[in-house]
Amino acid sequence: MIEILPDKCDFCGCCVGVCPEDAIELKEAEIFIIDPRCTNCAKCIWSCPIEVIRFNKEGVT
Amino acid sequence: MKNEYDIIVVGAGPAGSMAARFAAEQGLSVLMLEKDRDVGYPVRCGEAISKKGVEEFIPSDEKWITAHINKFSMNSPDGTEVIIEFDDEGYVLERRIFDYELAKIAAIAGTEILTRAYVNGLLFNNGKVSGVKYEFRGEQKEAKGKIVIAADGVESRVGRWAGLKTHIDFREMECCAQITASNISVDKNTCYFFFGEDVSPGGYFWIFPKGSDIANIGLGVSGIVGKKRSALSFLNQFMDKHHPNSPVLTSIAGGVPCSVTLDKISAPGIMLVGDAARQVNPLSGGGIASGMIGGSIAGKIAGEAIKMNKLDHIFSYDKEWHNRIGKRHEIYNRIKVGIYKFSDDKFNKIAHSFTKVPYEKRTLGRLFTTALWNQPSLLIDVAKVFIV
Repeated sequence: MIEILPDKCDFCGCCVGVCPEDAIELKEAEIFIIDPRCTNCAKCIWSCPIEVIRFNKEGVT
Repeated sequence: MKNEYDIIVVGAGPAGSMAARFAAEQGLSVLMLEKDRDVGYPVRCGEAISKKGVEEFIPSDEKWITAHINKFSMNSPDGTEVIIEFDDEGYVLERRIFDYELAKIAAIAGTEILTRAYVNGLLFNNGKVSGVKYEFRGEQKEAKGKIVIAADGVESRVGRWAGLKTHIDFREMECCAQITASNISVDKNTCYFFFGEDVSPGGYFWIFPKGSDIANIGLGVSGIVGKKRSALSFLNQFMDKHHPNSPVLTSIAGGVPCSVTLDKISAPGIMLVGDAARQVNPLSGGGIASGMIGGSIAGKIAGEAIKMNKLDHIFSYDKEWHNRIGKRHEIYNRIKVGIYKFSDDKFNKIAHSFTKVPYEKRTLGRLFTTALWNQPSLLIDVAKVFIV
């Protein structure tokens, strides 16, 4: 599963723009992944300019 | 506050404010919703723009101009510097004041503005977009609008909800990191660009002055590069090497969609403008001027459609945008794709041959022509750029 580290996030929206599944919700200073929609494609991880998105410890199933 | 408007604009950046202004100036009721608490902040931009791009819509005002630009310094990987002087002035803006000013003009024209209003859904009527759902200070609300104009930026989701394909291919996303740093000694009238594998592969690194000892320093890399290495790590490397003791006043991330405009930027009851429509100049990554143009066209057409009581009229927006700017962006995009493939060696060779061009004959057009000399197909594209 992919996770966004909220304490490090700048809320820039880069990941939201590249997400093919519309699976990221971004408010003013609040961001989260809508899990049922996420396909773990990792495009958000690659696009994050400041490295705050990652696969969490459980990894991809 | 009403809950029914002629036009609802989502997002109060330059494109949104222009759309609101051009619609409101036709006497229509307009509501503009901004998710952040301040219009103009946080800034996610290098802030450079041409004077021409600004003055089409607003007279120049020193209160939002931090630097007047008349030179470009292009730097190849081996450190060869090519300086190009130009007559058309450019600016480095203070976006937080500039955006605020544009929103104020929209407000004076009659636009109602609400900040901290987060749009989280659309209303539909017979398959046509008929308004928005939004969260405002913890309360879920709705507002009806005959036309919704989505100016919700690079992270645009409003268009998706209306069935438009707005998500951007990660390879075309320039992932950017930027700081505004002090104690930077650069010429206050020069914008600096650096190219090469070491500083910004598949993009460029910039230093844009915001006065005599302060500058925006940043870079963009394609999502392809981001797979291996982030924009932030390139920025840190550059600062450690060149400006290790410069205090940082602002530190931001951002995404710039560097592609052609979306195939469709209107659908029943909805129009897309600015970054949301992918109206950024794909070669330079500049989106303020083109976003304002997109917004103004959309606002004008939306107003006409409502006054004529002919909502299908909004579909003419796609063509008007294409003729005015969109087709030019298609050419810029082809040039971008060509330049992105350049090796360090090629950048160096171009710089070396260009330094032989007499100073007074150096133009950006000539630089691109030199750059693309070995790629005739792209040369034709370049020629088109400077003819249109």
